[in-house]
Amino acid sequence: MDSRISRRALIAAVPAGAALALLPRGVLALDVGGARALIDKAIGDVNRVINSGKPESAMYKDFEQIFVRYADVRYIAQSALGPAGRGADKAVMNAYVKAFQGYISRKYGKRFREFIGGRIEVTDARPLKSFFEVISVAHLKGQSPFEVRWHVFDKSGKNQFFNIIIEGVNMLAAERTEIGAMLDRNRGDIAALTAVLQKTG
Amino acid sequence: MPSAGPARAAGALVAAALLLAGCAKQEPGAEFNDPFEAENRAVHNANVALDRTVFGGGRPDRKPFLPAPVAAGLANFSDNLGMPSAVLNSLLQGRPDPAVRNAARFVMNTTAGLGGFLDPATAVGLYAEDTDFGETLHVWGAPEGAFLVLPLAGPSTERDVAGKVVDFVIDPLNGAFGEPEKYYVAAAKLGGKVADRQRYGDVIDDILYNSADSYAQMRLLYLQNRHYELGIEAEVFDPYEDPYGQ
Repeated sequence: MDSRISRRALIAAVPAGAALALLPRGVLALDVGGARALIDKAIGDVNRVINSGKPESAMYKDFEQIFVRYADVRYIAQSALGPAGRGADKAVMNAYVKAFQGYISRKYGKRFREFIGGRIEVTDARPLKSFFEVISVAHLKGQSPFEVRWHVFDKSGKNQFFNIIIEGVNMLAAERTEIGAMLDRNRGDIAALTAVLQKTG
Repeated sequence: MPSAGPARAAGALVAAALLLAGCAKQEPGAEFNDPFEAENRAVHNANVALDRTVFGGGRPDRKPFLPAPVAAGLANFSDNLGMPSAVLNSLLQGRPDPAVRNAARFVMNTTAGLGGFLDPATAVGLYAEDTDFGETLHVWGAPEGAFLVLPLAGPSTERDVAGKVVDFVIDPLNGAFGEPEKYYVAAAKLGGKVADRQRYGDVIDDILYNSADSYAQMRLLYLQNRHYELGIEAEVFDPYEDPYGQ
């Protein structure tokens, strides 16, 4: 009898939990200030690395760590994979996400090389749809400053960014195209795609 | 009336450009307006093959085509020669502010910048605001038309191809250089293109040689960046409406 009640309580608790997840975003921890603070901190780390004078190979390692710390890589990986990830085996998906993390950190870590000797500054932050957008400007040597936008959410429970938009070029969209093409090449086989990702970037 | 000829020719070109820009409409539901994808891919493959021959295909041991200081000088020189055209286009778009800024850049870099080989304007924070007749057509309401890949020049759109043709004809510097000089100027401009290819070498190599589908990647990046330049609001990607990033 008792166990049946507790089971019923448990069943009742599930929709309550689901409802909590659907609460307006403002009720939860993240706000404009929090999003801005996160990107300020990430950019502070990036600026420290690009002005550290370390050899480039050491810098890539640092950039990888920054990426893993501040970005929701699992979300980015799953979103890039798209419909193919639905109903895929859990172990296969976990291996894919792990390979994607290495791939994307290497790829974007390398891109940061152009920032060496420059600096990035947060200029603005605002709510956008159901998340937050932090706007920054990159000042690189001998170049016109350009805009970098960071999209921040707390879907995983942690404040993390899930998209970077550099002068209109959207990282998530680029990775969807890229991962989609890689998956096609591997005839839709996520495990084969994972093996390729481990060697790419 | 010596100027009537070119003016009329330019007028005819604008009309032709607007007509051309209106011809290809996007298929409903398609992500890109790319009805010539098969032809575009063929041209893209030829461009990549040429790029690989000239620039080394992303091999790290490949020496740069031009020494870095020469490349920087040529890039500055060719950017500077584009300023009068940018000023004209800003005016045609009804945007006096960038016109004034680019005119000031042109004066400063042509004089203090030793004919444009140096870029003191950027050093003092007077940045270039690039524009072209493709943007003018956009401001005037011409549709973008289909995505196109041009031999050598790479990604473009029907509207931007029309813009390039008109820019070539209405460039205020047309006739500014005499017989031998204009060939040197043309050569320097070509050098500027090579210099730009070198300057953004890593990013371009990454797209052309490290992508699973370099055509799809280049089309996406080109159109997103072009729309950003033109001030076209991009579609915002909402993670809470994303069925796949669970």
